[in-house]
Amino acid sequence: MKGNFIDNLPKVYGIYTGGFIGFIIIMAIAEQMGMTAKAIGIAFVAFTVFIYALIGWLSRTAQADAYYVAGRQVPTVFNGMATAADWMSGASFVAMAGGIYFKGYGYMALLVGWTGGYVLVASLLAPYLRKFGCYTVPDFIGTRYGGNLARFSAVVVLTVASFTYVTAQINATGTIASVALDIPFQYAVYVGLISILLCSMLGGMRGVTWTQVAQYIVLIIAYLLPVFWISNKMGAGFFPHFMLADEVARIGELEQQFGFVKNAAADLKTVPKGLAGITKAHSAVNATPWAFISLALAMMMGTASLPHVMMRYFTTPSVKAARKSVGWSLFFIFLLYSSAPMLATLSKLSLIDPNLPTGIIGKTFAEVEAIDWYQNWNQANLMFISDFNGNGTLELNEFFMGGKAVVLATPEIAGLPYVISGLVAAGGMAAAMSTADGLILAIANAISHDVYYKIIDPKAETAKRLLVARVLLVIIGFAGATIAAMEIQGILGSVIWAFDFAMSGLFFPLVLGVWWKRANRQGAIAGMLGGLIAGAWYLVWVRTGGSGFLGITQLTFGIFGSAVSLVLMVVVSLMTAEPDKATQKMVDDVRVPSGKSILGKSH
Amino acid sequence: MSNQQKHWEKTRGLLFITLAIWFVFSIGIFLFGAEMNEVTGPFGYPWTYWFTCQGSLGAFVILIFWFANRQEKIDEEFGFSEREDE
Repeated sequence: MKGNFIDNLPKVYGIYTGGFIGFIIIMAIAEQMGMTAKAIGIAFVAFTVFIYALIGWLSRTAQADAYYVAGRQVPTVFNGMATAADWMSGASFVAMAGGIYFKGYGYMALLVGWTGGYVLVASLLAPYLRKFGCYTVPDFIGTRYGGNLARFSAVVVLTVASFTYVTAQINATGTIASVALDIPFQYAVYVGLISILLCSMLGGMRGVTWTQVAQYIVLIIAYLLPVFWISNKMGAGFFPHFMLADEVARIGELEQQFGFVKNAAADLKTVPKGLAGITKAHSAVNATPWAFISLALAMMMGTASLPHVMMRYFTTPSVKAARKSVGWSLFFIFLLYSSAPMLATLSKLSLIDPNLPTGIIGKTFAEVEAIDWYQNWNQANLMFISDFNGNGTLELNEFFMGGKAVVLATPEIAGLPYVISGLVAAGGMAAAMSTADGLILAIANAISHDVYYKIIDPKAETAKRLLVARVLLVIIGFAGATIAAMEIQGILGSVIWAFDFAMSGLFFPLVLGVWWKRANRQGAIAGMLGGLIAGAWYLVWVRTGGSGFLGITQLTFGIFGSAVSLVLMVVVSLMTAEPDKATQKMVDDVRVPSGKSILGKSH
Repeated sequence: MSNQQKHWEKTRGLLFITLAIWFVFSIGIFLFGAEMNEVTGPFGYPWTYWFTCQGSLGAFVILIFWFANRQEKIDEEFGFSEREDE
């Protein structure tokens, strides 16, 4: 191919997308010719992971600029795709539709929060941090406020937030690898980890960028294809997003007809752990305004504080491109997020409507137990029925399902070929891997650049710095995998905590660093450490039986943490001397797009 | 007032407008979630439900692109936009 790689990107990824679709068709033909479900699953996961590893190897580099910020030449739209993959985790892919299915409106605050946060990213932070020219988020804090303590505090907050998040992602990679490759979870976690490291170790940010674009293409095809196919197959509508109003209304009718019968506690004890029944209205408002708004707000501020997202905008060629790129990121995220409620609607209706051939409510227990897919998913511990009232027919309150089943099982329930389930597994793997890569890289880069190079050994040569960065990458990956293998908490819980930790410690120090010239070092340090400690204290307090206040729960503790952070930062800044002239000049320079970046090209 | 101060004043003005629109779609409308859900909205979905599935999300996408364009205009007006060769 002529010309350089960047100019050829549309062609390269066009061919890649065509190749992937070709692969799906080959698998579909192979299925018709008798290829087993298991072999298809293995082929999908192995093929895609091999491609990512290949991209990772091709992107290997020995330059600091390429390793930390992909050489700052990632075009707007492609950076948008990479950010979308970086952003949408295994939880978004596998658990989001399930959350909407079970919890309805109260859960959908997450959709609003995880998208609205990008408005804050675009308007308050991304373009200014890009102008700054930093390699990592603590790099900005350390230079703007000055001093090793400020830099180190930022590394601490970043590590706490990102590490909480990354264990969940490695866990998700392990879950999918263990199902698709049919190996025990404890080993699958490490298979997942090695796949993740293959993408990032040689090429750093450059490798991660180009694999994330590839992963976005896989995950979006894997999410949208089944949604459209199921919708058409059920006759619900050719374009589900605009055509499911009748289905939503029908679910409301059925809810009225069946009623939400409350189960006795003793009955519920017999339901396997992790499964839930339908107890909340699908489209009705079932949460108080504050419960909804506080969750959305926490997620929005958390989005604007998570370093692995912010550092994606350090890779664009210009400040202007960074702004536009945030818009593209959100557009690509929107494609998946707006489809999740549609999938939840289709999945729920296909299961509970007695008029549909797939509906199981109202059937006898013998009939349901004879269905193939019920047996499969019951065995996988994701579906369960029990005749609590002893009348022999299945009622709404007697049917239980795991959250993951909405994405994983709906294609099979709707009667789609197995090739689609293989595709969904590859999509989930892509989503979890891309986020894990971004997070591990964010932590390793912060420690190698900000702690090792900036604080411990400022004279280190590039080769040595990159060696340290790579060793840290492996260490952090293995630490994450080891904790993931212990299976401490569910995927979604720890994801939400990461947002709260990040906003507690970083939101105001970052925003005020640009928007308030008077903010100084003492204030920032107090804000970061005080916010993080306050947030962590609140979480522990509520988890150990504390009552909490103002309706702030363990999912929104960042609201308390960031409020403490803001107050401390303002009070301490005003009580101490204002920043010196050089720092004030630096803030002025950050505020205009033109001119040289604050930090040099290789610093 | 210097050129740079004027530029920053306008930039700040745009920020406030952007955040005001953001506030409406992320927080404001959900103060009336229960009432708004009684009314049928776009494509036949109840209004609040539609906002949580598509409306607010789509509004944010449009808002960011609108913001980026306006900010570019402001930068150009004061001669602070980047040269392509930088």
